[in-house]
Amino acid sequence: MPSLKDLKTRIESVKSTRKITKAMQMVAAAKLRRAQEAAEASRPYAERFNAVMAGLSASAMASGQGPKLLTGTGSDQTHLLVVMTAERGLCGGFNSSIVRMARAKAEELLGAGKTIKILTVGKKGREQLKRDYEDQFVGHIDLTEVKRIGYANAQDIAKDILDRFDAGEFDVATVFFNTFQSVIAQEPTEVQIIPASFEAEEGATASFYDYEPGEEEILEALLPRGVATAIFSGLLENGASEQGARMSAMDNATRNAGEMIDKLTIQFNRSRQAVITNELIEIISGAEAL
Amino acid sequence: MADTMQFDLVSPERMLASMQASEVQIPGAEGDMTAMPDHMPLITTLRPGILRATGSDGTQEFVVSGGFAEITATSASVLAENAVPRSEVTPDFLEKLRKEAEAAHAQAAPEVQDYTAKALADLAHLADQMV
Repeated sequence: MPSLKDLKTRIESVKSTRKITKAMQMVAAAKLRRAQEAAEASRPYAERFNAVMAGLSASAMASGQGPKLLTGTGSDQTHLLVVMTAERGLCGGFNSSIVRMARAKAEELLGAGKTIKILTVGKKGREQLKRDYEDQFVGHIDLTEVKRIGYANAQDIAKDILDRFDAGEFDVATVFFNTFQSVIAQEPTEVQIIPASFEAEEGATASFYDYEPGEEEILEALLPRGVATAIFSGLLENGASEQGARMSAMDNATRNAGEMIDKLTIQFNRSRQAVITNELIEIISGAEAL
Repeated sequence: MADTMQFDLVSPERMLASMQASEVQIPGAEGDMTAMPDHMPLITTLRPGILRATGSDGTQEFVVSGGFAEITATSASVLAENAVPRSEVTPDFLEKLRKEAEAAHAQAAPEVQDYTAKALADLAHLADQMV
């Protein structure tokens, strides 16, 4: 049975924890709004880009030869897994769900006798993966200092990946991130970025366009940008998901802290009552004994 | 024949302009061009330069680099990696673009050096225009 003083300190400490989680929840809510706006603002670009690329790549694929970024290197022996997670924890299952998915993929590839390489973006993913895949680790991109994710960040990551691709370090690249669905639901997603695949939305729009310079040159110039665009939208989805996940995790934590406080308060009151009763008994029996 | 078309300028981070325009002057990779309504469908890559869109409320100017423009009979969409309204362009911004272009040029394989050298020259030209 904890003493009254112990109970009091515990109640105080849970109360301050609740204050912190409450504050974090509100910060996350504010950041979530901004992250969602950023994700929305980037959508028109990504959609149009993909529409044009779909047309271009359809005709390039039809002709049977295109840049390596589109058609692949002709083998799929070495896979690069780009795992994008958050820089901070305290956001529920956000980081682990991405890592779990990446890990499953890694095991599957290893089981099939492929070679894997892992590149992480975000500290949390590195911490979790580094233990098991020490040897396959090829790099880490730190975004701790970045307050607001811009296209330039995506370009840097894309450049890193493309340099590795040009150096022949891997054949297939896949990105892992969380897609934002709602505050309570984030879905871990994997997207293959190299060789690129674009979903054609409205048939073959490409056929009637004129291209300047040629179709192939345009494709060549745009494919690297496609990688950056895919990464950028992944980063933004991730950003929104992270804040959403943190918001609901902190909401839960706040509620749990509240319940905890109620329980402890009841216990505190009971034991206080018990102490008083005890003292009374002592006084009365003392008086009777006289 | 319609006298205006839908003009959109988007960068990865935001939509800079979406309006009805009667003509759009685009710095295409193989030379400047002006797109007007009922233009032949065309896709062109961009070189660093100034984009001018003329609508009912005057002409707007943007500095763009990297990306492409998609022109159809009823619309002109410009997707630029870097796009800034001309009034907001700072020497720092141009300097940043120039540094990137120089780095790209230095790293470029011999067969694409022509292209990167041209991008550098375009930037120099752009800087002259801005002064």
